[in-house]
Amino acid sequence: MTVQIGILQSIPYFDGISPEDLDAIKDSFFDRTAERGELILAEEEVSDVLYFIASGAVKLFKTSAEGKEQILDIVRPGQSINDVSIFDGSPNLVSAQAMGPVVLYGIGKRDLDSIMQRYPRISQNANKVLAGQVRRLTSLIEDLSFKPVIGRVAKILLENSEDSPDPRPKLTQQEMAAMAGTAREVVGRSLKTLEEEGVIRLEKHRLVISDKEALKEMVAAFS
Amino acid sequence: MPLIDYGKCDCCGLCVSVCRCKILVIVNDKLTIVHEESCDICSRWCTECEDVCPTGAISCPFDVIVE
Repeated sequence: MTVQIGILQSIPYFDGISPEDLDAIKDSFFDRTAERGELILAEEEVSDVLYFIASGAVKLFKTSAEGKEQILDIVRPGQSINDVSIFDGSPNLVSAQAMGPVVLYGIGKRDLDSIMQRYPRISQNANKVLAGQVRRLTSLIEDLSFKPVIGRVAKILLENSEDSPDPRPKLTQQEMAAMAGTAREVVGRSLKTLEEEGVIRLEKHRLVISDKEALKEMVAAFS
Repeated sequence: MPLIDYGKCDCCGLCVSVCRCKILVIVNDKLTIVHEESCDICSRWCTECEDVCPTGAISCPFDVIVE
């Protein structure tokens, strides 16, 4: 397995960088694979590698002293992990765990600093990426603060349905609870309510959104 | 099939007691899935094993799809 230019081109950090220039810097990257459940980064540990998702999905989460998990984001192809630690030199803010088979491209801080100096456009792109992360986290805080659980669950289903170009990870009810900031039983009750209202249908291994418009309206109603 | 995280499973057997399809058994102090095809009997994935697991060792992941 080698680092592919086509995948580097799809990463927002490298928007506007020509294929020739990407070819010149591709040796700064290494690839790494992970299987479902494998921990890629552990909260509070020190890592000087910035990772990009080449394929698969990775959940970013924090764990409370009691072992409760809060998922902050699910990152997919093109997105990056460990940005904050790379730029401020602090230990990892969150843990990162593969949700299925994952291919990652990694680059060490020293190599990243070097290519950022060579290509200032990458620094500009990094600003945009970090701003996007702040927006997503702000949206999560808003949801946790103001949306009822059923609205949060509806939003999670919409954002993680396979009605998009990127493959989506399978989700357990426990993972939905960790994203919605609630208990698994509460997610179970919300799914039951959505099913009774004819918005979704639970089948073996599949959660089918049978009325996407109704689900969208439900998310909008709680905004 | 339900997924088992053996790092978390303490073999308490609660999941075995609720499994309607009887696919979960404890063999030599290890939770084991047998007769996987029997889980197909349910018209929907019941997820009761995930419900009762006190350590979060069993999970039943769903594909979320739009009809």
